Amino acid sequence: MTMLLEGLLVLIVLTNLLMLGSSRLGVYIRAGALQGVGLAFLFFTGEGGWPEVSITVLALVTMVVKGGVFPMLLFRTIRQAGVRREVEPYVGFTASLLIGVAAWGFASWVGGRLPLPGVIRSDLLVPTAMFTIFTGLFLIVARRNAITQVLGYLVLENGVFTFGVALETSTSFLVEMGILLDIFVGVFVMVITLFQINREIEEIHMDSSKLSALKD
Amino acid sequence: MLNWLLLLPMVVGLLAFAVRFKPVLQGMLLFTAVAHTTLTVRLWGGEGGQEAVAWHGWLQLDAAGTLFLSITSLLFLAAAVYGVSYLRGECHRYPAGHQAVFVGCLLIFLGTMTLVCLAQHLGLLWVAIEATTLASAPLIYFHRSSRSLEATWKYLVICSVGIALALLGTFFLSIAAHRLEGTLILGDLVGQAGLLLTPWLKVAFVLFVVGYGTKVGLAPLHTWLPDAHSEAPAVVSCLLSGALLNNAFLGILRLRQICGAADLGAFGHGTLIGLGLLSMATAAIFIVGQTDYKRLLAYSSVEHMGVLAVGFGLGGWGTIGALFHAVNHSLGKGLLFLTAGNILEGYHTKAIAEVRGVRRLLPGTGLMWLFGFLALTGAPPSGAFLSELLVAAAAFKAGQNLVGVVFLALLTVVFVGMARPFLEMTGGEPPAAVAERRPQESVLRVLPISLLWLGVFTLGWYVPPELRDLLTRAAALLGG
Repeated sequence: MTMLLEGLLVLIVLTNLLMLGSSRLGVYIRAGALQGVGLAFLFFTGEGGWPEVSITVLALVTMVVKGGVFPMLLFRTIRQAGVRREVEPYVGFTASLLIGVAAWGFASWVGGRLPLPGVIRSDLLVPTAMFTIFTGLFLIVARRNAITQVLGYLVLENGVFTFGVALETSTSFLVEMGILLDIFVGVFVMVITLFQINREIEEIHMDSSKLSALKD
Repeated sequence: MLNWLLLLPMVVGLLAFAVRFKPVLQGMLLFTAVAHTTLTVRLWGGEGGQEAVAWHGWLQLDAAGTLFLSITSLLFLAAAVYGVSYLRGECHRYPAGHQAVFVGCLLIFLGTMTLVCLAQHLGLLWVAIEATTLASAPLIYFHRSSRSLEATWKYLVICSVGIALALLGTFFLSIAAHRLEGTLILGDLVGQAGLLLTPWLKVAFVLFVVGYGTKVGLAPLHTWLPDAHSEAPAVVSCLLSGALLNNAFLGILRLRQICGAADLGAFGHGTLIGLGLLSMATAAIFIVGQTDYKRLLAYSSVEHMGVLAVGFGLGGWGTIGALFHAVNHSLGKGLLFLTAGNILEGYHTKAIAEVRGVRRLLPGTGLMWLFGFLALTGAPPSGAFLSELLVAAAAFKAGQNLVGVVFLALLTVVFVGMARPFLEMTGGEPPAAVAERRPQESVLRVLPISLLWLGVFTLGWYVPPELRDLLTRAAALLGG
């Protein structure tokens, strides 16, 4: 099980780096989907064989929503709204990668110092979660395209979830489903808003830097 | 009873999406608001002196919940009465489907805020607070302009990201409760707080403050607030400012309750006081010289959330003062946002410089604009005066003289900064172009405002014993 767990964590880290270094929206969305599926498999890495029914359901729902529904929604938005598929960065891709590597180092350093209670199943756990959270926040602020902000939000949530799933902080099935529902509706509302933004102000083309009429 | 309180707005809200007949929609809005308030009032006595419990203790109406729920319910009633007239008047040209989304989201918004007040499971609390964001985002976009679109986008992204950090805090709290099998039920956490792992509890508290603080609008995380509040329709601004901000604060208070029980002592108090004063200062900077009256009110909300944070940070009388101030701010700010809606409809502009002579053109509205300003900024006799005095007194009593002095100085700056625009708008001659249109104000648009004002004015010299009792119990619960 540890092999599977560490493999999945490495996958999550690699998808983060992929997103930091790529300039194509398609790559972002696919990497995000892969990360979501990897996250769902984390549910199956617990000790003691096959998990309970409720957890299996949760994992399946996570997989379908993050690996299937979200990418479909986002690709549809790109197609129908005619968004440019190149991402314009505020921070260059090489710089982003370097910052990412530095963040990974920092996350590993902090992860080694956090006094986690109970059995720690992998030393990679906490660093991976923290690095994913950082990647999400970075994508939100460092890319101009509004779709990458949605993706950044998703990556951030994935990071938070990695903590939740992997540390077995079983918050209960209902709450986990509620959280998932919230994220789903959240992304749905965001995508609808993006459609409207594109229809309302044609020239914006999802460039979030043009959303700056409101200020003091 | 709690189930009804929760299900009623949710179910009626969902039904509303399917209705295409405007009078029915307005009836649904009004009916739900009245029923919700009636249920809330009946819960005040408690069912035979017991706190109402449902869902195996996941939902419970404790003193703090009762207070925030009552504020929400009352304000929603006022907003609904106003809203019916609003939908009939200015927005009758909008298609029915448009209004259906508005009423539906408004009712679901009420349902999610009710859930925030009732939730005793901190995971459920997170779900509820995030749901308030999602239910209210379409409301901000009601006018379908590019400006409201921008405000909606910022609101969605900034609040969702902020609240994601609160989710991390919730997981950390679960780690802190490792010896309690990771429970997230408030009662268990408070009851056995001695077993919590303090380092994780502290990190959780910081993440709660940052996460939910974004939603509360504490500086420097407040940037979505002026945009959303100023672009939303009056009814929505009133609820966002008067009800939602308080409820988000409840998220922070729940964790403070746990920290208090875990004997962390003064931990986090400094953070709250610091953020509170920073919010007040930030608001003061943007209030002085503000050119848009709805943004002015929005920044005033940032200021008042700062007052709450300072009060809660000081503890003791400060907590009671802050809770009381939440009541006063909600009534006062609700009334001013609704009044601003009347002015916007009459003058078709949000620029302070283009609004003159409200008192002459819209007599009831003008009077309430002035009275509401006095009540909100804490001119005696008003409830806000008393509650701000309580917070200031708590600062001096705790020996934090510097905090007290800065607090009072900032209140004064805000008062002066707000006085000029309010007086200029109320007095003078209305612009000729506006006067020719002869805007009218209907009774339904002035009555709820006047009643809100009456409430905040009365609280200045008479606090009903029931409310006093509730405030004391809530303060004791939150670990004053």
